[in-house]
Amino acid sequence: MDWSLLAYLLLGFAVLMYTVMDGFDLGIGIMLPWQRDAGLRDQMIQSIAPVWDGNETWLVLGGVLLLAAFPLAFATLLPALYVPVTLMLIGLIFRGVAFEFRFKTVRGRAAWDIAFAGGSALAAFAQGLMLATVIAGDLPSDGSVRLSIFSLFSAFGLMAGYGLLGLTWLHWRGDQALRRWAAKAARRTLIGVALFLALISLWTPLLHPAIAARWFSWPLLLALAPIPLTTGWLLWHIDRALLHGAARTPFLATVAVFLLGFAGLVISLFPWLVPGRLDLWQAAAHPGSMKVVLIGVLLLLPMILGYTFWSYRVFRGPIEAGYH
Amino acid sequence: MDAVLLSRLQMAFTLSYHILFPTLTIGLAWFLVMLEFRWLRQRADQDPSGQHANKLLTLYRFWSKVFALNFGMGVVSGIVLSYEFGTNFAPFSAATGNVIGPLMSYEVLSAFFLEAGFLGVMLFGHNRVPPWLHFFATLMVGIGTLMSAFWILAAHSWMQTPAGTELIDGRFVVVDWWAVVFNPSFPYRLSHMLAASFLTTAFVVLGVSAYQWRRQQAGADIALKMALAMAMVVAPLQIFLGDLHGLQVRRDQPLKLAAMEGVWETERGAPLLLFAIPDQQAEKNHYEIAIPKLASLIVTHDADGEIRGLKSVPASERPKVLPVFWSFRVMVGLGLLMLLFALWGSWRALRGKLLHDSKWLRLAPWLIPCGFVATLAGWWVAEIGRQPWLVYGLLRTRDGASVLPAERILESLVLFALVYVALFGLFLFYVARVVRAGLPGVAGHDLTPVLPRSTAVVIDQPAVEPER
Repeated sequence: MDWSLLAYLLLGFAVLMYTVMDGFDLGIGIMLPWQRDAGLRDQMIQSIAPVWDGNETWLVLGGVLLLAAFPLAFATLLPALYVPVTLMLIGLIFRGVAFEFRFKTVRGRAAWDIAFAGGSALAAFAQGLMLATVIAGDLPSDGSVRLSIFSLFSAFGLMAGYGLLGLTWLHWRGDQALRRWAAKAARRTLIGVALFLALISLWTPLLHPAIAARWFSWPLLLALAPIPLTTGWLLWHIDRALLHGAARTPFLATVAVFLLGFAGLVISLFPWLVPGRLDLWQAAAHPGSMKVVLIGVLLLLPMILGYTFWSYRVFRGPIEAGYH
Repeated sequence: MDAVLLSRLQMAFTLSYHILFPTLTIGLAWFLVMLEFRWLRQRADQDPSGQHANKLLTLYRFWSKVFALNFGMGVVSGIVLSYEFGTNFAPFSAATGNVIGPLMSYEVLSAFFLEAGFLGVMLFGHNRVPPWLHFFATLMVGIGTLMSAFWILAAHSWMQTPAGTELIDGRFVVVDWWAVVFNPSFPYRLSHMLAASFLTTAFVVLGVSAYQWRRQQAGADIALKMALAMAMVVAPLQIFLGDLHGLQVRRDQPLKLAAMEGVWETERGAPLLLFAIPDQQAEKNHYEIAIPKLASLIVTHDADGEIRGLKSVPASERPKVLPVFWSFRVMVGLGLLMLLFALWGSWRALRGKLLHDSKWLRLAPWLIPCGFVATLAGWWVAEIGRQPWLVYGLLRTRDGASVLPAERILESLVLFALVYVALFGLFLFYVARVVRAGLPGVAGHDLTPVLPRSTAVVIDQPAVEPER
């Protein structure tokens, strides 16, 4: 049994869960400033208030799994990502307290909406920067951050992707008025997402010969071809579904787009954790520790998914206006 | 400035800030469990008027608002810490990842998810799930807080008294997980921290309830009595646990103990210093006020017991004495103050006069910070007292810090300080607002007029009524 590979897969699962689940929370924050109606803004935030905490926990799981299973990668990546990590944390702090604080005030609510939106946008932007730095594989040793066109594409691309997730979530969960607005906004965001996806997909192989070699090698090219093709089809499908008002389809299709994007990323980077420097076996923890962690994950993950699913079911149906 | 020092400052600041919130979260979660349990029982007993049950539900709803605010602050300040290990203490993470990583993973898997998964139902689910299931959610949140404390204190205690590991090529490898988790200081540290948490919570509930009772809010007396009973159990227990912890510190971290007691030369029959200004350079104390032999008696349970002095090791191996010495005194002093206040309250309650004792009721809110400050002080004793080590005796703090330009760390430190201070102010503001808004939906209680001492009608039960 290759425990390191299993740990890699589980780490990937945690990161994917985070990007999808906290993705729509962050997306709602990013899209909040475009919603003028105070009642609908309340509804947007109320739709995630009972679940955002659990969604965010996947980020913590991702962090500690990286530490537990690949301590050397953790110790290499985090100091190099010092600035974006700090910005992300600050963003998440504002986002997190805004949930609680905004419902305790009426006059100050608009200010907390700004904190919520700003925090979400900052966290998403910082995550995009981290992603770009890891893909680029050239880690700054002085904890600085280099803004390039590629890193800006990644950051804004991720923000647009999260935004689409948030809007399609609202399109699923909101009342008539919110749904109409979400459909309109989502169709616009969709154009941005398609553009960024195309740009990033073209840019990445141009920037990195190693990734290009992998993508365009025969017969892997044949195996990989469905990814961009399916993504394109899904984006088209989301647009049609939004136009025809199918409640749930746009959200699920957007999740599928994220899945495919993530698959593309893994295919490009595997088996590197720090591209060109540490692969998953080099960074691996001691086998004894690896085993202990993975047994815990495999035993507890089904339970976690179970009660998370249950909690979502409890809050299905119309979004409640009131607070506890 | 020195990058290592800045990283330490940032960790100390963000950690000290964070610890305030779980301290209240743990106790408050179980206070809510007790309230809801009593509420379910009352409903089952079919209290004919339903008044008592209503009061309990009202209390539950009020305290769950405070809980939500506090929990939110704990979550966001906690996430910072898990990433700070990597950003600011990367060599430490690389060296101890095999040990700390699994412990923290188990914390996330068994505690954070449990809390987060059931918190939504607990805060928003009253109309969506039946009462017993709602109680179950509260219970799970409560259990989650305990699990979280279990794992994080296992990790923290291992750093203080490392066991069950071997150091191979500069990295710790676990040979015995049981020994890692149940390391020599873990049972003491865990019980001491949990007791601190329950005592802190008791004084928060005590202070707020006293305030609410004076404002004629029915139901506040129920919370007041529960909190007083809790304080009466935990305050003496905490002193007992602290004493046991002290014996363990003497055994495992003698220099930390020396700093706590301000002992420079190894001596038998060491005096207890009530006041002193330890001087690191001169290697002695100024302005000592001492009680002969008492330190030895307390620490070794023998008036002539030996306490190892700071000078038994080179100066570079010693912790900073002044902050440890004084933090320890603040912690113990506040612990005694809380015990005395609880005793006073109990004495009044047993005579049936607590709810009319305006002096005690007026004083109670001022004691709300006591538990927090004592916990912080205790934390500093533990953390500063183990310097210069990150992993005691094995890995120096200096060798565990990331190599980064100092200005990077200064920027982040300033950013965190600004954000945290601002948010703390706002947090207090909103908590105060929730408290002032009072217990929702309850008319004034039946004491008229506003508690003059002349109304010596005994309407309350003895405070330390047994929990049902």
